[in-house]
Amino acid sequence: MKREVLGPAGTAGTRVDPETLRVRSLNAHQLLRGGELEGANQPAHLEGEELERYVHERLVFTTLDSAVAWARSNSFFPLAFGLACCAMEQFQTAGPRMDIARFGYEAFRASPRQADLIILAGRVSIKMAPIIRRLYDQMLEPKWAISMGACCSSMGVFNNYALVPADKFMPIDVHVPGCPPRPEALMHGVLKLREMVQDNPEAGWRERYGAVGTEERP
Amino acid sequence: MPDATGLELLAHDLGEAALEAVHYRGQATIVVDPAHIRTVLQTLRERGFGFLASVHGVDYYPEEPRLGVVYELLDMSRVDRIAVKARVPVDAPVIDSVTPEWPTADHQEREVYDMFGVVFRGHPDLRRILMPEDYEGHPQRRDFPIGGEPVIFTRDEGRWLEARE
Repeated sequence: MKREVLGPAGTAGTRVDPETLRVRSLNAHQLLRGGELEGANQPAHLEGEELERYVHERLVFTTLDSAVAWARSNSFFPLAFGLACCAMEQFQTAGPRMDIARFGYEAFRASPRQADLIILAGRVSIKMAPIIRRLYDQMLEPKWAISMGACCSSMGVFNNYALVPADKFMPIDVHVPGCPPRPEALMHGVLKLREMVQDNPEAGWRERYGAVGTEERP
Repeated sequence: MPDATGLELLAHDLGEAALEAVHYRGQATIVVDPAHIRTVLQTLRERGFGFLASVHGVDYYPEEPRLGVVYELLDMSRVDRIAVKARVPVDAPVIDSVTPEWPTADHQEREVYDMFGVVFRGHPDLRRILMPEDYEGHPQRRDFPIGGEPVIFTRDEGRWLEARE
């Protein structure tokens, strides 16, 4: 396939000549100094401290890692996946009262390959565990998991032959307690996860479970 | 439900298959010989009890015979209910399947088999339905351990990881 260079206004195939590039960069520089474009009558020249302040007010410096973490943490794509009664509360977080869309997590995906957050809403029976593990394995990295409610964290009132706690077969980032947790609680859990992804991505399960180096590589 | 007299008459009609007729707390029950369960249910169907509402198992530990299978029948036109109970011993927990006549019993008999270990003779596909296929034991029996495991809280995580190594 032939690669085409996109010129100004998306005109394909026209290569920008060095002179135009130079003029553009000069214009950008002028704008940044608070001046007007060439041709305007009074370009304001800022120097020294004033220029410093002007630039500080208009630019944000960050590392690529934290910028990426910021973007990721503000748009989780949860897997539309309910196991039991907790799922009702999970639906309500997407409902009008709690409205998870305020934080950018409203895109519930029906396929694990499009999701990066799995919320285990309900109890996990022994027969269901391999299926959930499979769904989790099908999700693309980076991925997170929330265990919602008592059953899949500690098996709750069903601490018997039938259930298995989620920690036994997959890594969990956030446990939300409750039976079932109210939508506020789940929201709090998701926001905690956001906090974790933004501020301390190292606090993930790989560190806790000693699984550093097992990331999927492209 | 049939009143006490009606129940007695019904039990009389079933002949030697009916072991006992109980009228307790508004629930009419006939205890039958497990060997005749198919003919009993067929007879009751001819009397109008055309809907098998439920098949479930009971463990009467430590009574003998220990395991029970209960069939709840419903007469839809007269809104009439009757329960049929059959008891099987735990060392030979075999009873005839009623799935050929009552297709609804298919999954319910599988569940009774899964949970109590009652073997339904003549069932087309008697496999476990709720527990994994390789599970050992029948968890709803009363001598089966409840199971479960200690809860792992974050504060115990270190110990747990150590124990795993």
